[in-house]
Amino acid sequence: MSKLIVSLSPHAHSRDSVERNMYGVIIALMPALLASFYFFGLGSVIVTTTSVAACCFFEWAICKYILKRQQNTLLDGSAVITGLLLAFNLPSNLPIWIILIGALFAIGVAKFTFGGLGNNIFNPALVGRAALLVAFPAQMTTWPKIGQWDTYLDAETGATPLSIINSAIRTGDASLLEQLPSSFDLFLGSSSGGAGAMGEICSLALLLGLAFMLYNRIITWHIPVSILGTAFVFSGLLHLASPVYPDPISVLLTGGMMLGAIFMATDYVTSPMTPKGQLIYGVAIGFLTVVIRNWGAYPEGMSFAILIMNAFTPLINNYVKPKRFGEVVK
Amino acid sequence: MGGIHPAENKLTHEVPTKVAALPKQAIFPLGQHIGAPAKPVVQKGDKVKVGTMIAEAGGFVSAPIFSSVSGTVFKIDTAIDATGYRKPVIIINVEGDEWEESIDRSDKLELVADHPELTPEEIIKRVQNAGVVGMGGACFPTFIKLTPPPTAKAECVIINAVECEPYITADYRLMMEHADEILVGLELLMMGAKVTKGYIGIETNKPAAIELLTEKCHQKFNGSQYQVEVVPLQQRYPQGGEKQLVDAVINRQVPAPPAIPVNVGAIVQNVGTAFAVYEAVMKNKPLFERYTTVTGKKLQNPGNFLVRMGTPMKDLIDACGGMPEGDNKLLAGGPMMGKALTSVEVPICKGTNSVTIISDDEARRKDAQPCIRCAKCVGVCPMGLEPYLLAKLSEVKNWERAESEDITSCIECGSCQYTCPAYRPLLDNIRQGKSTVMGIIRARAAAKK
Repeated sequence: MSKLIVSLSPHAHSRDSVERNMYGVIIALMPALLASFYFFGLGSVIVTTTSVAACCFFEWAICKYILKRQQNTLLDGSAVITGLLLAFNLPSNLPIWIILIGALFAIGVAKFTFGGLGNNIFNPALVGRAALLVAFPAQMTTWPKIGQWDTYLDAETGATPLSIINSAIRTGDASLLEQLPSSFDLFLGSSSGGAGAMGEICSLALLLGLAFMLYNRIITWHIPVSILGTAFVFSGLLHLASPVYPDPISVLLTGGMMLGAIFMATDYVTSPMTPKGQLIYGVAIGFLTVVIRNWGAYPEGMSFAILIMNAFTPLINNYVKPKRFGEVVK
Repeated sequence: MGGIHPAENKLTHEVPTKVAALPKQAIFPLGQHIGAPAKPVVQKGDKVKVGTMIAEAGGFVSAPIFSSVSGTVFKIDTAIDATGYRKPVIIINVEGDEWEESIDRSDKLELVADHPELTPEEIIKRVQNAGVVGMGGACFPTFIKLTPPPTAKAECVIINAVECEPYITADYRLMMEHADEILVGLELLMMGAKVTKGYIGIETNKPAAIELLTEKCHQKFNGSQYQVEVVPLQQRYPQGGEKQLVDAVINRQVPAPPAIPVNVGAIVQNVGTAFAVYEAVMKNKPLFERYTTVTGKKLQNPGNFLVRMGTPMKDLIDACGGMPEGDNKLLAGGPMMGKALTSVEVPICKGTNSVTIISDDEARRKDAQPCIRCAKCVGVCPMGLEPYLLAKLSEVKNWERAESEDITSCIECGSCQYTCPAYRPLLDNIRQGKSTVMGIIRARAAAKK
């Protein structure tokens, strides 16, 4: 005898899933991953593999042995994303044991001490990176040059565009900025583009990922556009005020700007829930990034700007509400 | 703002309406409209005809119920209705098909011009006496909508021909087959509400209906005192919700409850209601039959039916090839807002616009995962609410905060739960919170008095 199934409405579902979104982000990261393999060769393969494998291992092990959860969250894809994003923030000549510490911080400390996926306050990959930056400042601030296929630990390091900009601002010598690669090289990440972290080198690849995520409605435009727009306008004004500040195009194409705006700040869990809140969050990140880059101790400000705004996200969620239907705007 | 695009699955769009066979036994729930249940005026053993009143209105907000069959009252009892509970019903054993003589059964199109006796008061009286209620599913007595409270002034009548729920095509078929009657119905509604402006909102997935009604409106209303406009609307669920439709058609937003559409000047009526008003006023025919879609992907011959109310769903399902193999979900209504039924014997009522059968694999919910805070529910909420937050507040029973976050504005359209990638039962929780908060608000109001 067949039965009637009874439940409350709705009886239809979009068939969207956590996995679809997570694997969608992973697909969106692929162009940047291939670019990092292309520009940093062997070293990037080792660093990425280690980082992803370590993040997955910690996710699985903590779920199974510490939290003893029935449902292991390894397969939802979020640990892979954390692993990839962590690797993208690292130099391609980082020793494996340091990467393992970073992965443990990202998954163990930033994610699972708060209860796992959906509950963490700070972006796990960025916490991993910040922890490594504080613990291993030397290794984390020397960056291999682009275009070394078969080197790993012995890769030749060089000045990143951001460190050139930083020294120009510090010395007040605008002519130093002439050493910057052209915007076109920065955009494509060609070998004259200097040095840098693995995933941030090719803006084109990151923008492809953005297009993919927007098209598949994995994220909305609010966060990336507000970050990049604010950084562009703010650094543009500075550039007009004094030539020691780089032109706004270079600001957008250097360092972790694209990677952060497209993949880090848009992390579901740690960004605000309403479009209005996302715009506030994005504008603040764009602003803080330029402030930290120009006047802070580190040449790169993206990751700290995002971490700071992660802390404000609950506050934004509390006060910034969507416009209710029928509400009269006062 | 907000909204989703569920798969349409309008399997029966081009299937012409068939007249459903008479049931052997007809079941009439006494509470099939919003407001007080009707009170029986017949007793066991009484003979009734098609169109005989069997229960009178049980209060001001209520509606009389008419027999859709001729025969003998078998008993006044309880039976399982769409809520899943046993509720009072009148059961009639069908014998023949004898109609009350007062009902005009001809097909002739009656025009307002031929009926000088029609005044707004007369129209409203006939609508009330014929037991006409909102046919889109809400079943609010129509005559009350036509007499707005003194604080509000009606400016226009909007015909809801959106039919944004997946699967359902009853309104579309009605428009294609009875456009003239619907337009006379609209004219009567405008007369009754004392307005001269009318709109018909239709989604663009029904181009034939848009074309047909635009042409007919042009013929009928050009040069008359009425201005009627067919408004094509982009597809978006839940556009057929009253508040959403008013916003889409005349660009005015109805404020939060207790405000109703007429507070911004709009009276919204379903296409089926316009047709029922025509029949009630012009043909003296009380509301006892309706257009209903019987549909489902695994059903052999899904179709549209003109069906006498009180007909058990089983009869209609059998007419479409019988219940599909395996476990199914039987819905009164569509997949977004329809009610899952516990019995195939539940009868067709005034608001049953569809009998939808959803197969096992489609019907089962997946296990809920943790909320990943993707904000998709916030993006699709047509009321500008934050479903993730309301669901959480309901879970932790923080009623005070739930109230201040406007949980009572939720229209229960289900867009949030439809969208949630973590399969969270958002609407289940919100519904529970909403009804609790409404109870608290009522208790507070009672305590003040």
